[in-house]
Amino acid sequence: MKKEQNNSKKRRMERVISALKKDKIAIISLIFLAFIIIISLIAPLLPMDPNKTDVMNMLTPPSKEHWFGTDEVGRDYLARVIYGGRVSLLVGVLAMLASVFIGVTVGTISGYCGGIVDMILMRIVDVMSSIPWMILVTVISIFLNPGLKSIIIVIGCFTWMEIARLVRAETLSIKEREYVMYAKFVGTPFWKVILMHIIPSVFPTIIIAATTSIAGAIMTESSLSFLGIGIQQPMSSWGSLLQSAQTNLQNALYMAFIPGLLIVCTIFAFNKLGNLLRIYVEPRVTSGEKE
Amino acid sequence: MEQSTKLLEVKNLNTTFQIQKNIVKAVRGVDIHVKKGEILAVVGESGSGKSVLMKSIMGILPENAQVTADLIQFEENDLKTFSKEQQRKIRGKEIAMIFQDPMTALNPLKTIGQHLCEVLKRHQGLKKADALKEAVNALSKVGIPSPESRLKQYPHEFSGGMRQRVLIAMALCCHPKLLIADEPTTALDVTIQAQILELLQELQEKEHMSIVLITHDLGVVASLSNRIAVMYGGRVMEEGVTDEIFYHPQHPYTRALLHAIPKPVTGVKERLEPIPGMAPSLLNPFPGCPFADRCNYTTDACREKMPEYHTYSDTQRAMCVFTGEELDKKDGKEKQNDK
Amino acid sequence: MTKYILKRILTAIPMILIITIICFTLIHMAPYDAVDSMTSPKMSQETIDLIRAKYGYDKPLYVQYIRWIEGMLGGNFGYSIVTHQNIADDLAVRIPNTIKLILPAYLTAYILSIILGLVAGSHKNKWQDKLIDGFASIGIATPTFWIAMLFIYLFGYKLKVLPILGMHTIGLESSFADYMKHFIMPYIVLVIGFLPDSIRYVRSSTITQYSEDYVMVQTAFGASKREIMFKHVCKNVLLPIITKLGMALPMLVTGAIITETIFGWPGIGPYFIKAIQGMDYPIVMAILVLSSTLVILGNLLSDILYCITDPRIREMG
Repeated sequence: MKKEQNNSKKRRMERVISALKKDKIAIISLIFLAFIIIISLIAPLLPMDPNKTDVMNMLTPPSKEHWFGTDEVGRDYLARVIYGGRVSLLVGVLAMLASVFIGVTVGTISGYCGGIVDMILMRIVDVMSSIPWMILVTVISIFLNPGLKSIIIVIGCFTWMEIARLVRAETLSIKEREYVMYAKFVGTPFWKVILMHIIPSVFPTIIIAATTSIAGAIMTESSLSFLGIGIQQPMSSWGSLLQSAQTNLQNALYMAFIPGLLIVCTIFAFNKLGNLLRIYVEPRVTSGEKE
Repeated sequence: MEQSTKLLEVKNLNTTFQIQKNIVKAVRGVDIHVKKGEILAVVGESGSGKSVLMKSIMGILPENAQVTADLIQFEENDLKTFSKEQQRKIRGKEIAMIFQDPMTALNPLKTIGQHLCEVLKRHQGLKKADALKEAVNALSKVGIPSPESRLKQYPHEFSGGMRQRVLIAMALCCHPKLLIADEPTTALDVTIQAQILELLQELQEKEHMSIVLITHDLGVVASLSNRIAVMYGGRVMEEGVTDEIFYHPQHPYTRALLHAIPKPVTGVKERLEPIPGMAPSLLNPFPGCPFADRCNYTTDACREKMPEYHTYSDTQRAMCVFTGEELDKKDGKEKQNDK
Repeated sequence: MTKYILKRILTAIPMILIITIICFTLIHMAPYDAVDSMTSPKMSQETIDLIRAKYGYDKPLYVQYIRWIEGMLGGNFGYSIVTHQNIADDLAVRIPNTIKLILPAYLTAYILSIILGLVAGSHKNKWQDKLIDGFASIGIATPTFWIAMLFIYLFGYKLKVLPILGMHTIGLESSFADYMKHFIMPYIVLVIGFLPDSIRYVRSSTITQYSEDYVMVQTAFGASKREIMFKHVCKNVLLPIITKLGMALPMLVTGAIITETIFGWPGIGPYFIKAIQGMDYPIVMAILVLSSTLVILGNLLSDILYCITDPRIREMG
């Protein structure tokens, strides 16, 4: 039976890969993300300093020396954008981890335990999802000193509800399967059942939720930073770059255009890959597309 | 006699589906005909192509299906030469179809009356008031009590059997010449099944129409059908008059099927014989007989190419390298060997 | 049905209570003393205590909560700490402005998305679908404030055809043409912002409807593509979408915070952001409670609409 399962996993993975090969936009998305991530990782090794000011060259449009131009105090905008991307991606990944962690914990416990625990946890999810996230996140962000750490906590703590719902639904069906029933029957402690059986089974769902969650986190971060309650100077993210670009919009469109375009492409690429991975979990998606 | 004229004749019909890069051959070179006023049963396991065959004739397959045929003659017309619009006008009027699952066949947000009136307005050109009157008529004809009030109800207020009756009413309200019933009783309770089949038979006599009854259950058709076509792997393996199929089956698959139905009448305790193996994959089938993998009499010749039809009577023919007699002989030998 | 609706209303009430409690605690957990913003270091402790007592901040928390709830029920949202103005009066000016912007934008997006979603869903995998779905995917990935910035640059700075801030030019408050000029940019930005999600929703439910058995059955009964689309699929797709209108209720207040802020539209957006930056917590609390309550009422409304429109539920007790 194990072998059969492995085979089916293999087949599903093959299906994802074949779908990827056929989808040019997905390939471009993948390459784009890989590029952005690599650049962000090796940024400190690159010969550029995002904080070096050059008063002789303020607000110069893109040129040979400064590919993306310079900002209002003459900092190289390419470097600012690369370091901004580092922050945006970091927030995206860490906030995603936080929200996936909370979502999976709540979702599995709620689904596995059922009864009163389930009811209470799901009520909490209901209540939390009824407060408009925008408002909630803003309110929370004033408790914590604005900055990298607080924005990750804020986004992580207030975007896990959807993941919890998904994981709960999945758990409900998995816990009825024979091997889980058996594990329960022989007296495996409940945290062990969750770790050994439930979580591996919901893993594909988690991966998909994680991809879309990164995209969501990057979007939220950029909105908050744009409003001035996210990432603070001297650190910058794509969102806060856009905020400072607002003042110079009239004479330096490129300052607004470049980070915005990068946000769009990154979120698009994450969403695209998330959709593609969905084929793995719901094989019907592919065949459904064609029928 | 009226019985002998053909209402529908199909020659060499092939249906393929394109699913991603794979081509699935669901129906392969089928010849079939339906005479006026008869009930033809098309029998086969799920996946044998019986439903697809009928949907191909109706022209209601999804867009990734491709249908080719030498001839699809309905009365005087070759449906193949018809435009989509002309084909559409025949559907529901000349040829009607009812389906397996009456639970999902009706739009849950429309009343029964709306369903019926739409069909009546479309094909009979009736005004609303007349359509309503006709709808009441149609419902009472299929045995639905207090049809006037039922018209205003939604599908979820009907039981499965009642919904199937509604569908039959929809199908018959334009007095079609041919009714295709695609496993009309599979989703229903056993007692309801019998009622629906009886109703179909009764209506068939009243309306002088032909019925094609698609089913996987030979037992269901025994008392009902005039002729039977047995399908397997997208082909018609054997066809014949009902008695011929039941008492002189020639094809190994038909014989296997017959051994797999319980016979309560005989009283003799007989073991049911399941057919070993699974229905064949229609994806890239090998050139030979599709039943070869599960057949007791398979020879190398079976796998190489499709055998020709052996004709046994005016009405019966089977597609197998062996004739029924040859099969009987082989059985005899085997029994001797056992001893 | 009445029973169901009553039950829904009864479950909504404790939800609203819980939310008010959460909001109240959240604000009180804030590491700032509200009094600080009204006092200066020069004031004596006595004066500070006096101010504290005046606003009721010296009472235990639950008393403050009850007073606050009582006030809210009487339409009294308290006073701004910074400007000392009555919040209810401020909201009474701000909310209509926000609605004037959001209502047209939302309705436009709503109708457009139904049309585009139906077209895309019924032409699955054809060019119409690819175009519309492509637009939606890019739209979902695009921050509205970025679109707003590009618009401001293009129409405000480059072409100089539209004003970039506010609702009226000073001195032209009664001119409708002037209002429209101010209105058009935030309106279009909002429409673009609302569209992608709803297009996606309509498209996917259209596709689901097309894969239902009854569509195939209708073809078998000779229904034309047009009849299937307009008499069957449309109806089944629209029904759940109508009920979505209820869920849009809270949007009327908080649907355009960012857009309003960028365009300086004198609605809830800038008011809220300013309150956040100034730690003006009675305002934040009022908006938080108001919008959460609207969410719950919106969900309630959409449930009720669903009950009324769907025959399958209508009949039930």
